[in-house]
Amino acid sequence: MEATVARTGTEGKTWGGGNQPLGVSYGKLMMWFFILSDALTFSGFLAAYGFARFKFADSWPIADEVFNHFPFLHGVDAPMYYVALMTFILIFSSVTMVLAVDAGHQMKKSKVTLYMLLTIIGGVIFLGSQAWEWKNFINGTYGAVQTKGGNILQFVDSEGERVALDAFVTAAPRDRVQQERSNGLWFTDEPDLPRFTIEDVQRGFLANPDLYVRTQELTETGEKVVLTRQSSITKLNNDAVGIVEGANLHENEYGNPLFGDFFFFITGFHGFHVLTGVLINIIIFFNVLLGTYERRGSYEMVEKVGLYWHFVDLVWVFVFTFFYLV
Amino acid sequence: MANNNSAHTHDHQYESHTKRIWSVFIILSIVTLVEVILGIIKPDFLMHTYFISLKLINWIFILLTIYKAYLITWAFMHMESEKKGLRRSVVWTAVFLIIYLIFILLTEGDYVYEVMNRGQVAWDF
Repeated sequence: MEATVARTGTEGKTWGGGNQPLGVSYGKLMMWFFILSDALTFSGFLAAYGFARFKFADSWPIADEVFNHFPFLHGVDAPMYYVALMTFILIFSSVTMVLAVDAGHQMKKSKVTLYMLLTIIGGVIFLGSQAWEWKNFINGTYGAVQTKGGNILQFVDSEGERVALDAFVTAAPRDRVQQERSNGLWFTDEPDLPRFTIEDVQRGFLANPDLYVRTQELTETGEKVVLTRQSSITKLNNDAVGIVEGANLHENEYGNPLFGDFFFFITGFHGFHVLTGVLINIIIFFNVLLGTYERRGSYEMVEKVGLYWHFVDLVWVFVFTFFYLV
Repeated sequence: MANNNSAHTHDHQYESHTKRIWSVFIILSIVTLVEVILGIIKPDFLMHTYFISLKLINWIFILLTIYKAYLITWAFMHMESEKKGLRRSVVWTAVFLIIYLIFILLTEGDYVYEVMNRGQVAWDF
């Protein structure tokens, strides 16, 4: 480590940092305090999520219904299997990281290299899974209708199973065409028009007697309220104003817009941490490969980046609980 | 455990922690599995029993999560072998501030819920 420090004549003395009051090096101590402040940032986000959830306690979306996809199992209801898998991947990459630190203590370069590589691969798989999860969330599955008050109305059959808009709505021919730069505002394209109009939905709903409207409200037992056929029709004809498919920062088909906002923000911020963690891991990996730490006589840098990597895992444990389980 | 605090002292006498690492991994996996299974089955009893206005199942999830966080910090981040001063300055600070923040925001969230529910203003129009 001396290689990185200028000689000041105070080496080994108090003001030269020679004593370590907490028994750890400067770098490790600062990593701990960085982690502490970062933990408080994440707590701020998660507590704000808790605030929103308490505020909308009787209309919050049910996570099991939102995150129920699994690769290659199309149309199969698989609540949480995929996030559970992601959690295992991240925990396992934490294990390989701590094994790398352990091997570093024993100055076994080849073992450190192998475990660092496995950690990086785990991180990359996790990031890919996260992207896939976002893709499903953004595209949506069933589609829904939005009311004047900004609430979401979803459609179910008599068994309570969700019905996609595509299953009963057919678009009527219409005159409105999407405007382009040449005939609309010169500087911009118009966003894609919705595939259906609200009138198409209302017509399709009337034509299918087995359809019911499900509102955002939760019953005492934690299920969504399903309206009777008659009040479904009334609700749809009087209140519905637009169609929502998928999710963005303004609206989402799962329910309260805040649910989508917090999902994007918290998992996005966590994903950003994983990304930087992977990048730092790659830098350290090449340093190990080049023998930097072998020459330095200490693999402490692996330990420091390991602390950061475990912290990313630690945050995910909480995100998993509060977004998917509770 | 106490003699591997700094990077310099363990060149010769460092003993491997591999066994402990794997056992912690197994515990973490089992706890996660239990959480996922509970989340899928959702036993009626746990879903409808409340303790301090929170479902019993959510209490279980939160306690298991804190247990996992404890294991990761203590075993993987080697907090167990750090000096008491470091451990306390990190853990106590975080625990105190987070409890404080959660208490304030959840109380306020519940209050806003009550206001929206009982107030004279219509929120859904």
